[in-house]
Amino acid sequence: MTKYILRRILYLFLTLFIIASITFFLMKLLPGTPFTNQNRLSPEQLKIVKAQYGLDQPVFIQYIRYIGGLFQGNLGTSFQFNNEPVTQLIGQRLAPSMQIGAQAMIVGTIFGILLGAIAAIRKNTWVDTLATFISILGLSIPSFVLAVLLQFYLAFKWHIYPVALWDNFQSSVLPTLALAALPLGNVARFMRTEMVDVMSSDYIELAKSKGNSNWQVVTKHALRNSLIPVVTIIGPMAVSVMTGSMVVENIFSIPGIGEQFVKSITTNDYPTIMGLTIFYSFLLILVILIVDILYGLIDPRIRLGNGGKE
Amino acid sequence: MEQVPKIPKEKFKLLNKQDNEASESLGTPSLTYLQDVRRRLFSNKVATACLIILGLIVLISIFAPAVAPHNPNAQKVEYSNLPPKLGNLNIPGFNGMQDMGGKEVDAYKQVGAPKGTYYILGTDYLGRDLLSRIIYGTRLSLIVAVLATLVDLLIGIPYGIVSGWKGGRVDTFLQRIVEIVSSIPNLIVVILMMIILKPGLTSIIIAIALTGWVTMARLIRAQTFQLKEQEYVLAARTLGESSTKIASKHLIPNLSSTIIIQTMFTIPNAIFFEAFLSFIGIGIPAPNASLGTLLSDGQKAFRFLPYQMWAPAIILSLIMIATNLLGDGLRDAFDPQSSD
Repeated sequence: MTKYILRRILYLFLTLFIIASITFFLMKLLPGTPFTNQNRLSPEQLKIVKAQYGLDQPVFIQYIRYIGGLFQGNLGTSFQFNNEPVTQLIGQRLAPSMQIGAQAMIVGTIFGILLGAIAAIRKNTWVDTLATFISILGLSIPSFVLAVLLQFYLAFKWHIYPVALWDNFQSSVLPTLALAALPLGNVARFMRTEMVDVMSSDYIELAKSKGNSNWQVVTKHALRNSLIPVVTIIGPMAVSVMTGSMVVENIFSIPGIGEQFVKSITTNDYPTIMGLTIFYSFLLILVILIVDILYGLIDPRIRLGNGGKE
Repeated sequence: MEQVPKIPKEKFKLLNKQDNEASESLGTPSLTYLQDVRRRLFSNKVATACLIILGLIVLISIFAPAVAPHNPNAQKVEYSNLPPKLGNLNIPGFNGMQDMGGKEVDAYKQVGAPKGTYYILGTDYLGRDLLSRIIYGTRLSLIVAVLATLVDLLIGIPYGIVSGWKGGRVDTFLQRIVEIVSSIPNLIVVILMMIILKPGLTSIIIAIALTGWVTMARLIRAQTFQLKEQEYVLAARTLGESSTKIASKHLIPNLSSTIIIQTMFTIPNAIFFEAFLSFIGIGIPAPNASLGTLLSDGQKAFRFLPYQMWAPAIILSLIMIATNLLGDGLRDAFDPQSSD
């Protein structure tokens, strides 16, 4: 297991290095510089500004510097946002994104598990149909469509929540709901399939025949055993929640990294785009790695990477 | 013991041989695999309904120039932001009335539109017919989705087959690439590609296809691994069939169900990415509409003109739901064991 984890961590850094290199060279291919539109700069001034950002050096030197900086946790300085270091920008904006992301994951997973479990227990009844319908809606409707609709009804029409604001918990409800739909649908669907399987297994029959109440059978045996595989989809789900949060943050004007990313794209702020790309990738790979390791720890039948032998 | 009465001879009768055969023959003709799939698919009401809905949407998109009542990009500024109106029918929400300062006003009268003028879904801020824009927008979104999926297939299937067929070192190498590509978040690749390429249809398709093929390649590889152990493949190899011929004659037909099912999940994904990109403003450039740009425009104006947001939101959701449900139906139809 340790060997497996170490190998995965090595891959993580290798992947990040490749992503950083690709991003760097792609950004160099872009036409124009962030100073293209600033006509007021005389050629001399432009030269000074370029020297300040190290843009007068050959591309290869810039690349070495950039990668070197990465190892020291330096993602460069933003062109647009008052020359702030990108790391600092990310640091300031991480909290709101993390908050709504985590809330959405928690809400989505918990209600997804409940919905899936109920559907499986009441299999082939109208409850099951309704639950399946809800999970299909959650899976299918894009988070930004849902966000727009929620914003219109719950905020604009009925004034239950603020339209676009970021101060207290109230303001995080709508973005959380918009983002939670996808994990909810995903988990519910997965959970139902797993639980239907488990409910028809021998040990459930045994538990029932021993005279356990339905409630006990479900909570003590069925639920626990169905939960293990659900862990596997948490990684991919976190990825889609982060994706969704980019535009959902925009809709609700939340000062998070997603909103920052979109903003830096529209303003050609290369260092910020690069920094955020690498940061996003890092987060995503890390989440998937943690989930994989967790899964190996929870379920002893699965020891990834060495063919089932420990 | 009771005596068994004697049975008269005439009660016995020689049976016709054919009668016997008839009773043993199967009542229904045996179905081929595809017929069986079709039967299972059409017995699934939800999937059938989705198939019909999608079929209609596709037909409307194909015949957009004939179906759309107006030119989607023609501006008529004097008719801007008109609410939906359906002929002279007085259906609430479709009667051309608009809430202005707490009073219901006939917006069409206000701009002095002649009597016969009406826009079923209203107009946008430049006086463009919203229905026509939605029809053309759907068409554009579907074109992006279908082409991106095709490119997906063109990369993913050969990649997966080669990886699975060759195995060994080639497979390890190809799988490393897959691992790295799949560990970069899709959206980031798509956004980076969109920044570098000029905004437009081709760039979106390239950007989506570049990330989308990975899942297909993985599935195909896993299936190929199983298939190549089969006797008929061994037989073909023993007979000296070339690898390309085995791939096209034996592997791809047997992979077709995987391919079809995965395609049904790739298409909504592509539609989502296109809408997403257009929504944040780096997708389809103006004046062309896609569902994403329409939704984005609608969101900006929804305080006073909510109808501009509804139509694209509903169509986009409808397409996503229908493709997902149809994908489920197809999976159950191709592989009855997957459902319970």
